[in-house]
Amino acid sequence: MHYATASGTLSSVWLLIAIPLASAAILLLLGRRADRWGHWLGVGSVFVAFILGLVYFFALRGLPAGPGSYRGADRTLFTFLDVGKLKVTFGLLFDPLSAIFVLLITGVGFLIHLYAVGYMADDPGRRRFFGYFNLFVAAMLTLVLGDNYLITFIGWEGVGLASYLLIAFWFDRPSATTAGKKAFIMNRVGDVGLLTAMFLMFAAFGSVSFSDVFGAVGRAGSTTVLMLGLLLLLGACGKSGQFPLQAWLPDAMEGPTPVSALIHAATMVTAGVYLIARSNPIFSANLAAQTVVVAVGAFTLMIGAIIGCAKDDIKRVLAWSTVSQIGYMFLGVGLGGVAYALALIHLLAHGFFKAGLFLGAGSVMHAMNDQTDIRRFGGLWRYMRITWVTFGLAWLAILGIPPLSGFFSKDPIIEAAFNRAGWSGWLFGTAALVGAGLTAFYMTRLFVLTFHGPKRWTDAETPGGPAAVHPHESPPVMTVPLILLGIGSLAAGALMATPVKDWLLPVFNNPAEETASHLSTLTVTLLTLLVVLVGAGVAVALFRTGTELVEQPAGPVVTAARRNLYGDAVNEALFEKPGLYLTRALVYLDGKGIDGLVNGLAAAVGGGSGRLRRTQTGFVRTYALSMLGGALLVVAAMLVVTLG
Amino acid sequence: MTSFPFLSVLTLLPLVGAGVVAVLPQGRPQLAKTVALVWSLAVLVLAALMYATFQVGGPRFQFRESYPWIPIWGTRFTLEADGIALVMLALIALLVPLVILASWHDAGERSVPTYFALLLALEFTMIGVFAAADIFLFYVFFEVMLVPMYFLIGSYGGARRQYAAVKFFLYSLVGGLIMLAALIGLWVVGRGQLGHATFDWHELTRLHMNTSTERWLFLGFFLAFAIKAPFFPFHTWLPDAGGAAPAGAAALLVGVLDKVGTFGILRYCLPLFPNASKYFAPLALALALIGVLYGALLAVGQNDLKRLVSYTSVAHFGFIGIGIFAFTTQAGTGAVFYMVNHGLATGLLFLVVGMLVARRGSALVSDFGGAGKLVPLLAGVFLIAGLASLSLPGMSPFVSEFLVLLGTFTVNKTLAVVAVLGVILAAGYVLWMVQRATQGALNPALEKIDSMRRDISAREIVVVAPLIALILVLGFYPKPVLDVVNPAVQATFSQIGKADPNPTVAQGGGK
Repeated sequence: MHYATASGTLSSVWLLIAIPLASAAILLLLGRRADRWGHWLGVGSVFVAFILGLVYFFALRGLPAGPGSYRGADRTLFTFLDVGKLKVTFGLLFDPLSAIFVLLITGVGFLIHLYAVGYMADDPGRRRFFGYFNLFVAAMLTLVLGDNYLITFIGWEGVGLASYLLIAFWFDRPSATTAGKKAFIMNRVGDVGLLTAMFLMFAAFGSVSFSDVFGAVGRAGSTTVLMLGLLLLLGACGKSGQFPLQAWLPDAMEGPTPVSALIHAATMVTAGVYLIARSNPIFSANLAAQTVVVAVGAFTLMIGAIIGCAKDDIKRVLAWSTVSQIGYMFLGVGLGGVAYALALIHLLAHGFFKAGLFLGAGSVMHAMNDQTDIRRFGGLWRYMRITWVTFGLAWLAILGIPPLSGFFSKDPIIEAAFNRAGWSGWLFGTAALVGAGLTAFYMTRLFVLTFHGPKRWTDAETPGGPAAVHPHESPPVMTVPLILLGIGSLAAGALMATPVKDWLLPVFNNPAEETASHLSTLTVTLLTLLVVLVGAGVAVALFRTGTELVEQPAGPVVTAARRNLYGDAVNEALFEKPGLYLTRALVYLDGKGIDGLVNGLAAAVGGGSGRLRRTQTGFVRTYALSMLGGALLVVAAMLVVTLG
Repeated sequence: MTSFPFLSVLTLLPLVGAGVVAVLPQGRPQLAKTVALVWSLAVLVLAALMYATFQVGGPRFQFRESYPWIPIWGTRFTLEADGIALVMLALIALLVPLVILASWHDAGERSVPTYFALLLALEFTMIGVFAAADIFLFYVFFEVMLVPMYFLIGSYGGARRQYAAVKFFLYSLVGGLIMLAALIGLWVVGRGQLGHATFDWHELTRLHMNTSTERWLFLGFFLAFAIKAPFFPFHTWLPDAGGAAPAGAAALLVGVLDKVGTFGILRYCLPLFPNASKYFAPLALALALIGVLYGALLAVGQNDLKRLVSYTSVAHFGFIGIGIFAFTTQAGTGAVFYMVNHGLATGLLFLVVGMLVARRGSALVSDFGGAGKLVPLLAGVFLIAGLASLSLPGMSPFVSEFLVLLGTFTVNKTLAVVAVLGVILAAGYVLWMVQRATQGALNPALEKIDSMRRDISAREIVVVAPLIALILVLGFYPKPVLDVVNPAVQATFSQIGKADPNPTVAQGGGK
């Protein structure tokens, strides 16, 4: 594969990154001087990027089609690395895949920026917030525009940094800083996968550029391709909050609500889906790698949906919903073929309705004195009509009720899962179907408890105290984005499904449509609708009349779900605790062992050298232990080194 | 080749400066500071000119001067610089004025002129050690370098400074003396083979030694360098020295002085003892790998900011060691670039920590807590320095870490994969440090300290801004350094007969 060099309009594609980045730099460097107007610069820079994105999109459409009707424009800016056989350029690739990401990131990103002007109006750190926000957009655009894995990786970690800064935005809250740190570190675990994948690419193919790697992957052995696939998947799981690296995502709710919308709808979590879709020649070349992606997707969509049913915090329900919905996208890209495009259509549709849901939740919180507990809402439809209607549209969209967007984006993935050959089709198809029912249940529960039923309002500051809240609709700067996203939830699916599929398929080498092997399209559609209606119906029946205000004792399944299916407990038991003990032991040994040995030696040699003497004597056992430990360590390391 | 004697002027200029500053009247501290700063800036200008005259693609040693010194031993006052030495000289010339400016008030009650004279004297010895190409001259600089640093730590340091200074001195001295023995051995072998006494690096690299001689001599040099760098398990002097030294001196100690160890391995161990280098490479790699993980884990466990940063350096030196002994172009170039970046990033981190410690009067992390509320800009710079230290992409340390690991992976997959864990640990120790010191609820004790209410000053901004700018520029455009370093690294590896492996998957015919 070889990309055509960008010319004309498309040669300035770097502006997409430069504009938000420059805005971020101005906002962060000018400091308080920019407080009065900084947020509008932040909004404006993303809007300009969106307009530019549209210009480039139409310029790309106007290009003559290459082989396989693929259009792409490659813009090399400068030589980044030229060391021995390693040559990496700072190059950007604008093709159908990056184009739709650019439009999603800047389009939905712009609406979220606009909303944040109102949401953060009373926060003294609003300018800093917009600086980080723009940095986030710039990093995400670098991620999807890089024409090689290293440039993508720069954006990849840049997104990690920006998310860290935004999640920990209220840095005087210990829970927020811990959540930010957790997000960064768990992301880094995934990043190591992507990093190692690049090492393997260079060792195998001598390059990390998309064109070289994809061109050579056909000649590589299956073990190499499988390893590449698994390493890329590890990276994707970190960024997209997929099993086993899902635990950071719900905690990321510690940031201001627009952050959740940006991270969960338009940007960060979609990066993993992008990475796998971009690397489609690698995954398509190895069935085992694809199966692992599908399994991760199916498993994650289930755990996300199960945990979502047990949460009472409006943002956390939505967070687990994101985990689950991204699971559907992983399922799609894992299936390969046409399903690559299906996953991306769902990604776009999800971008609209999830942004709408998060911003709607923010509007509710705004109205309810920052209360986030859905058990303490109720009956809000009367007080905030715009939020109610737009949230309702997004709710119907995520359920997949025709003709809203989810119907056109999620159902085809479920169908594609059923169509996978052999017994795995039944397994993954059923998981996707059950997930749809669970989604209907928890989202309906959320919607009903928030907007309908009796009022159960209490003040956030005095839980259980008398209701002192006066809910009100949010200002236009917040409701306008809600309305636009509501329209998106309503219409995006029907309008986009076919054209976007045609637009994207050349990126995936124009796969043939699968023929239904297990169930027909009609059967899957009716089955899904039935499951969704049952899930929603159960929720309506249970929560129509409200719910208890505090957590009730529950059976083992619900308890497990409330505790995130023990994901955090496992992390703590496997990594945090042992790591902490190891660190403590090493600190002790370093002081008493290695250094003690040195000081002991010095005192023994020096005899009368009193200064060095007091730290030792009587530690012979420790010395012996540390020498043994040190020797073992060296032997172990030698083993690692010689293993090659 | 240029006609201007860059190297000797660059070396001697700070020595003269040290002399001038030392004799300035004690009663005029401001004058001493100003003269020292201007003098170090003159050195920086000279180094910048020298860097600009270096021709990429030209011969390896573009700067060379040689003067008679002690003919009877065959030692000459020979100064030479290849690309590797050149970037280190530039790093020194850049860091010293920044450190002088950062140390403006650090002398405290003690003699101000002496303090700044010591810094310039240290610059003289550091430049000398990287510029020397006569091995005896190198040894002399290697040992003399200890003296100004000993006094900087011992006279101007914090708690336990005497202990730390003596420990630093003894460790280095022991390493140096072993190297001296190996040096004499090498000289004897050289005189036997060449027929005349010489310490000239070029002549000595052409010797052929029997296996055991070569190995023993290698070990003599390697031990000195492993202590200096320091590699596990010779590292315990560093946290003491780094913790006790004044922040500016610590920045130079860890940022530059320690690099003599890794520089020495590249310049002396590998070309002089190529077979022994290959023989001992697995051992060196093992020590370096342990250093990566061990240093990082110990950094997590520290409660003293300066000791913490010192331990992170143990981990970073592990990466440099891996890069050198992997013997591939990418890893070696990455290792040298790592030496530069570590000087910038850890230098920055030490200086910022110094600013925090000066305000708080304590280096204990637990004495801070929520400092970002009081000094938001300083906390921001602290975070930036931390991010550089954890090798965030977009910052120059990432490029070097990437090159080291990538180059290592092509020859030793397991090693690279284990070392890559250090990347995760780095995020852990940096972010935890930042969280404990600057985030979370404000420690009420901090509010009572007036100096904790002063955010970063104009002088401090001038100190950190060039470093941050350079870290970002080189993070996106590392070419100006890589192009200078790369040929010298390739020349070094070809001296030991190592070439890069080819891609394992056959290249397709004509794309």
